Amino acid sequence: MYLAKTVAISAALVASLGLAHADETLDAVKGKGFVQCGVSQGLPGFSNPDDQGDWTGLDVEFCRAMAAAIFNDADAVKFTPLSAKVRFTALTSGEIDVLARNTTWTMSRDSDFGEFVGVNYYDGQGFMVPTSLGVASALELDGAAVCTNTGTTTELNVADFFRANSMDYTVVAFEKADEVVAAYDAGRCDVYTTDRSGLAAQRSKLAKPDDHIVLPEIISKEPLGPLVRHGDSQWGDIARWTLNCMINAEEAGITSANVAEMNTSDDPNIKRILGSDGDLGSKIGLDNTFCANVITSVGNYGESYDRNVGPDTPLKLERGVNALWSDGGLMYAAPQR
Amino acid sequence: MANKSELTAPAPSFWRDPDKRAIVYQVVVVAVIGWLLYAIVRNTATNMESQGLASGFGFLTSSAGFGIISTPLVSYSESSSYFTVFLVGLVNTIIVAAVGCLLALILGFLIGIARLSSNWLVQKMATFYIELFRNVPLLLQILFWYSAVLKPLPGPRELHEAGDAVFFSINNRGVIFAEPVGQPGFEFVWYVFFGAIVLTWLLSKWATARQMKTGNQFPVFSAGVLLIFVAPLVAYMYLGQPMEFVPAEMSRFALRGGVTIIPEFVALLLALVIYTAAFIAEIVRAGIQAVSHGQIEAASALGVKPSHRMRLVVVPQAMRVIVPPLTSQFLNLTKNSSLATAIAYPDLFSVFAGTTLNQTGQAVEIMAMTLAVYLTLSLLTSGFMNWYNSRIALVER
Repeated sequence: MYLAKTVAISAALVASLGLAHADETLDAVKGKGFVQCGVSQGLPGFSNPDDQGDWTGLDVEFCRAMAAAIFNDADAVKFTPLSAKVRFTALTSGEIDVLARNTTWTMSRDSDFGEFVGVNYYDGQGFMVPTSLGVASALELDGAAVCTNTGTTTELNVADFFRANSMDYTVVAFEKADEVVAAYDAGRCDVYTTDRSGLAAQRSKLAKPDDHIVLPEIISKEPLGPLVRHGDSQWGDIARWTLNCMINAEEAGITSANVAEMNTSDDPNIKRILGSDGDLGSKIGLDNTFCANVITSVGNYGESYDRNVGPDTPLKLERGVNALWSDGGLMYAAPQR
Repeated sequence: MANKSELTAPAPSFWRDPDKRAIVYQVVVVAVIGWLLYAIVRNTATNMESQGLASGFGFLTSSAGFGIISTPLVSYSESSSYFTVFLVGLVNTIIVAAVGCLLALILGFLIGIARLSSNWLVQKMATFYIELFRNVPLLLQILFWYSAVLKPLPGPRELHEAGDAVFFSINNRGVIFAEPVGQPGFEFVWYVFFGAIVLTWLLSKWATARQMKTGNQFPVFSAGVLLIFVAPLVAYMYLGQPMEFVPAEMSRFALRGGVTIIPEFVALLLALVIYTAAFIAEIVRAGIQAVSHGQIEAASALGVKPSHRMRLVVVPQAMRVIVPPLTSQFLNLTKNSSLATAIAYPDLFSVFAGTTLNQTGQAVEIMAMTLAVYLTLSLLTSGFMNWYNSRIALVER
């Protein structure tokens, strides 16, 4: 009897070990009732807890938009703060459902770690130095000590940049962005390098932002975007079309303020986007009105940009290359039809 | 009188025979453990395959592409392979662990003896030290020393003008000193040094033999120190100081050339040594107190002088109590060195299990290699300490 029990318990243990992730992420997410979203440990404008402890930012709002698309409830989302180092492991191990953590889309990451679903911010790597250093160009940085984040494309780009220009440098690589900034502030290094949006965000956190300048050189392309695990194309489609929906809505002039009246529009494109015509939503396992839900509760891409990183925020980032293609920028979403 | 058949009990049924039952239990346990291991391996392999993660160690030969702040003994550049990164991390871990163990042992011994001092002030200060440092989390101490080492120090630009030749400097980029470069003829200094070590060893053997025979003592320790340190110095002077000190040069931002001890290393070493020494001090105190007071009285009664009493009677017996827990402290220090990742010291855990893992995504292979390294280091340490322990163990006659 005792023996049989032991064997049965062991067998149950082994069986539970043998369970792989559910194939259908959407079913699993619906089952637990929320989207688990991986974000940064605090990058103003992208993912940062506010004074109430609520997460805010461009990446955070993408996750909220996914929750709105699935549950028609932008609050049905939980956030996992992740360091740059552990973010991909968290995604591949199934700890999170989607990673929206100012992550650069590269070919090796797309093949090794997951499937990028689009770009929600076009960025490039830059350098910040104290004004007192008297440096005007990154090409003058021969021999400098550079503070950066470990486990990022930044770390590789800076190595490439200094080698390509046959300059000498010392790299001091920390795991957390806060530690990098603290070391830079303490004078451990002459230069702080990361994506230019990140430089703007961290500069706003420094004691005297005016004592630091961002050098003009942009040394890399950094298309930042959300990604999902490989192997579940339906879940990838949900993430991709949530992002496309926000961009298409801006292009079509649909905002969170006018979405109700737009619903009665006769424009066939707007009707398809908002789901009053066609069955686009059900093709990816959602309500046909998923995009309308996203715009109602979160807003379109332009609204999200202005609210989090735009000129009226502490980051003061102009739209620039992140404007819609029709305004001369790079934001171009495939049509919803 | 019972007959023979009543004397032997009837053979018990299979389940009632404890020997046979034990065999069954053991077979079941082995099978369950084997099954569990199989399930873990298969589960990992299946999941990795379903996520399109390639396994294998092929990634070790691809080029790393990132810089590392300190790469002693290993030649490393951005185009080196991930395997070189592994070696760099390994060397950095071993350096901090080895230096840390040695210094923690010395400091711990001093504090431990001070704790038993009859001087009130010395004893209270040792107690204060122990209670303070062993009760504050190590990570906190590392971060404290890092900012304490870094924050108050001036930057190199505040100390030196561009173009200066600098022989020694302490600034927030580390301790920088001129690099000693041996000139032709310097190898003789090494020969003299090693020769002196061999000579000291022979001397101690001769002194022991002579003492056994005649009872006369010879100051081996002082003679050895004199030989090992003074003889090479004399050789160095005689050869016309065949060593050049190449100074560091101040560039626009920092000092170039010379030898740099980075502040991350200093902070990590300080924290590890100070923290571990507090535990070692308590172990040493316990070891000394474990020696029966009668031994000390007996030694005094025989007229053994106090310094010999400590060295020849108390410490050898205390060592038997001290060594086993000391091994644990060395192992702890080695493993705690992985906290280096918090302050950017490029140890194995930081550059290999951190950066390399992130760039390649080969989690299983990298973690397995890292685990194997820490396991090997720990087993080597404890193997050595066990050998030492068996050497000094009480010989029972």
